[in-house]
Amino acid sequence: MSTLDQQTTLGLRLHEQMCFIREFADKVDALYRQGKVRGPAHLGQGQEAVAVGVASVLADDDYSIATYRGHAHALARGAPAGAVLKELLGRQGGICAGKGGSMHITSVEHGFFGSYAIVGAHLPIACGLGWASLIQGSERVVACFFGDGAVNIGAFHEALNLAAVWKLPVVFVCENNGYMEYTPIAQVIPVPRPAADRASAYGLEPIVVDGNDVDAVREVVGAAVNRARDGKGPALVEAVTYRLGGHSAADPGAYRSTEEVDSWKERDPLTQHRAVLSKAGVPDDELAEVDARVRTQLQEVAADALAAPLHEPASAWTDMWSDGSAEWRN
Amino acid sequence: MAKLTYRAAVAAALAQEMERDERVVLIGEDIGSGGVFKTTKGLRDTFGADRVWDTPISEEAIIGAAMGAAMAGLRPVAEIMFSDFYATCWDMVANEVAKARYMTGGQLSVPLVVRGANGGGLGFGSQHSQSVENWAMAVPGLKVASPSCASDMAGLLAAAVRDDDPVLVFEHKALMGTSQDCPDGEHLVPLGHAAVVVREGTDVTLVALSVTVGRCRDAAEQLADRGISAEVIDLRTLVPLDAQCVLASVRRTGRVVIAEENPGQLGWGAGIAAILAEEAFGDLAAPVLRVSGGRVPLPVAKELEDEVSTSAARIVTAATSVLDHQH
Repeated sequence: MSTLDQQTTLGLRLHEQMCFIREFADKVDALYRQGKVRGPAHLGQGQEAVAVGVASVLADDDYSIATYRGHAHALARGAPAGAVLKELLGRQGGICAGKGGSMHITSVEHGFFGSYAIVGAHLPIACGLGWASLIQGSERVVACFFGDGAVNIGAFHEALNLAAVWKLPVVFVCENNGYMEYTPIAQVIPVPRPAADRASAYGLEPIVVDGNDVDAVREVVGAAVNRARDGKGPALVEAVTYRLGGHSAADPGAYRSTEEVDSWKERDPLTQHRAVLSKAGVPDDELAEVDARVRTQLQEVAADALAAPLHEPASAWTDMWSDGSAEWRN
Repeated sequence: MAKLTYRAAVAAALAQEMERDERVVLIGEDIGSGGVFKTTKGLRDTFGADRVWDTPISEEAIIGAAMGAAMAGLRPVAEIMFSDFYATCWDMVANEVAKARYMTGGQLSVPLVVRGANGGGLGFGSQHSQSVENWAMAVPGLKVASPSCASDMAGLLAAAVRDDDPVLVFEHKALMGTSQDCPDGEHLVPLGHAAVVVREGTDVTLVALSVTVGRCRDAAEQLADRGISAEVIDLRTLVPLDAQCVLASVRRTGRVVIAEENPGQLGWGAGIAAILAEEAFGDLAAPVLRVSGGRVPLPVAKELEDEVSTSAARIVTAATSVLDHQH
């Protein structure tokens, strides 16, 4: 380890983060199948390079904001896996106190200002975070993740327009996984690139990046973040990736051919990055050590979460108003 | 005491709060030049374009931007030009703003105000005349204020800006030109405190909000001519609701008429009537009557709009009816 250069050390860190996030999703999938996750769980196996790559170019106090497929984005910013898993399992210590669940994971402490479950709704909210930076004279930049399905909803266009007109420090990152829920995105949009082909309407550059290549994501989004921080306004980045599983844990994704899924498995971001590290001279046993460590960590996280007590019913009446009460009348 | 119009009271309250707290910023369509109803007149000149932001016609972006800025520590006041337009951004209001604190287990705070012109009576037609406080009342997580006079307009709006929860403030179009003496110096009217605006006798309670307060006052005068003394309650806010004020009055009078501008089916008056049925049934000497807007989109021609509106005459008829009621 001591012989590795700085870049390889960073590469290993990204590798471990991606492995951790993959293992977390696999663990949630298994717990879902055991009936232990309450409500839906939208998993992102195959899309880890976008979350990890973007998070790695953000400053600690930058904002990020994401969709209901947000576990990876929360974990990539440093949200504690135990608290996230407890939220999914409906246990005390859940990061949203049992009131948000899988689709609303939030960790304000880590700059992760929420997961939003109405498609496209958080893009205007991201504008607001960026608008505040402008007014407060702060350098905080916003990374806003959304899926390809969001580009056909009005909020997307209202947000992109406002961000461009006001030169807001927001980097919009489209995770184009090829499907809006169960429907191929190509069926519902008349242009080949769902996000990038809309960029010119807002005076923005069309930017497309291989979303399965964590280094490419870092480079492209890193540049956009720097520009935004320098007051040069928003960017719209389309990261091309693939959701290896279904839309949610309940969806087997049977509308996709085996050939298609297999071809994307060959481009699995974890495998690709592992090859980069091997080529850079990282020994196999070091990579295997990471795998083992991540597995053990998540076994412990899961055991701990499953042992946590269920919520006290009375806590349903907290967190409503700022004064702590839930009263609407006297 | 200075005499202020209802519309000037909006600007006065905003100026008072912007002066006090630099985190207060305004966002909306055409507000820099004073807005369609001239409710933000002069504020950009006084506070600058960094505090008063004109937007595109993008209601979702307006509410979303205000919400994000509130989450980041500002105290935005957003304008939705006509409250009918809430329908274009109801996702932001009802699904995002209202729920953020709760569904994040209290991690997010959204201290914002959304204000705008509400209500009918001016021939603006069915898409610019609705009275929609009841939409907001139906969503947990929103506070709802609907002032009936200039002094309350100033005081409730200022209180809304200081509130740490999201507040929707409804400014009635038909009241914009009405004027009243307003207190000098800092003026606040706390949310959740109804006002008994006509306290005369013990025959009947008239429960009102916003524009129907004046109509209930008129009705009370007409009833007085017939020897009937009516008490008029201005709810001021629907959330928080000062239900105890209504209950106390009805326990004295035993008779009540609720006058609301929105259509009757599930208007806010239905909520008040339900509370009275559940908590004051034994005190009632007559059924609770509601005078509401008609169940039609608001028409434009004066005779038609008047026909389906909540008029003083209909309030008088309802009050007479509850007084005539025999068990």
